Amino acid sequence: MSYIGILITYVFISNLILSQFLGLCPFIGVSKDLESASGMGFAVTFVMTIASLVTWMVYHWVLIPLNVEYLQTVTFILTIASLVQLVEMVVQKYSPALYKALGIYLPLITTNCGVLGIALININQGYNLMEGFMAGFSAGLGFMLALILMSSIRVKMQTERVPKAFKGIPIAFISGGLMALAFMAFDKALLTNLIG
Amino acid sequence: MKELTKGIYRENPIFVLVLGLCPSLAVTTQVVNGIGMGIGTMFVLICSNIMISLLKNVIPDEIHIPAYIVVIASFVTILDLMMQAYLPALSASLGVFVQLIVVNCVILGRAEAFASKHGVWDSVKDGIGMGIGFTLSLVLIALIRESLGAGTITLFPIESLGFNGEIRIPGLVNSPARVMTLSAGALLVMGYLKAAINGINERKGR
Repeated sequence: MSYIGILITYVFISNLILSQFLGLCPFIGVSKDLESASGMGFAVTFVMTIASLVTWMVYHWVLIPLNVEYLQTVTFILTIASLVQLVEMVVQKYSPALYKALGIYLPLITTNCGVLGIALININQGYNLMEGFMAGFSAGLGFMLALILMSSIRVKMQTERVPKAFKGIPIAFISGGLMALAFMAFDKALLTNLIG
Repeated sequence: MKELTKGIYRENPIFVLVLGLCPSLAVTTQVVNGIGMGIGTMFVLICSNIMISLLKNVIPDEIHIPAYIVVIASFVTILDLMMQAYLPALSASLGVFVQLIVVNCVILGRAEAFASKHGVWDSVKDGIGMGIGFTLSLVLIALIRESLGAGTITLFPIESLGFNGEIRIPGLVNSPARVMTLSAGALLVMGYLKAAINGINERKGR
């Protein structure tokens, strides 16, 4: 698949949150205001892109030559966990401003199923290194898009009258559902029409 | 006994603690997937609770999270390989979500909040209770989604009774609301269920 195709697929058609249910916890937890949503979005995009690259390399250059593909889950989660730690340290040292913006979100990303999810999807889809990189980056962008849209909805919601039982999490889910309904307009047919 | 029952309603992992959402919404298009995922998660939860409560004095504090993750990931790998070998159909329909049990916050959450502070026996009971609560919630979501979205209820086939594993609901099976099996329906069902539980709890508290 072309790189543009991968980009459109993972940002709109198979949006990580709205159609694949990966990374729902931050979608509900960190979408209360625009600032934290965009912070989390950037942090996830950053880690997803690097993680896609590194896990691809680990799988194809280490696990396959050694014939230990069954260790995939263990190695990937460890790779991601150490990567997040490394990114945190590097960012803290070289860019205190960025660290201030992303710092508190980075540890949360280790247990974000989106990162591991996209790493596993890359392998299952048989992408090559560049395609995997592109998929990771686009999935991160899609995640950020959904998170930012959600946070704007929730900010608006604060001034609306919501029945007491629906306050907070339930109404967030329902608005997420309606958003997913809107995203259903993006489907495989759209992709074929756009790039053939 | 308290450890065993709290997971079912009072501290239900999905509806009250709001943990482990991704698998609960992604796999619940069919009841059988919900059961499979629930039992798989329960297996990993019980095993990792046992392991972690045994190892709690050995694991240094600074690296306890990575250590827990390795323990959990090993059990997930065992589960994944066993499912591929003995239940290939279920494994195929759960797809990547079997491996994603590793990042299910319920498991790490219980390891951190319970198993690392309690004895083995209590941790087993906690694992069973939470696992049952998780499975029941998945089955509830799947029941609503599948019956409205496809007009069927899919369970395990029982050959001796001539039961092919699928109950068809008359009226719904010919004109189902397909959207309920898609992602939008999942989020809506989850929202309404959570609201219903909030409402019930509020009425009780009053």
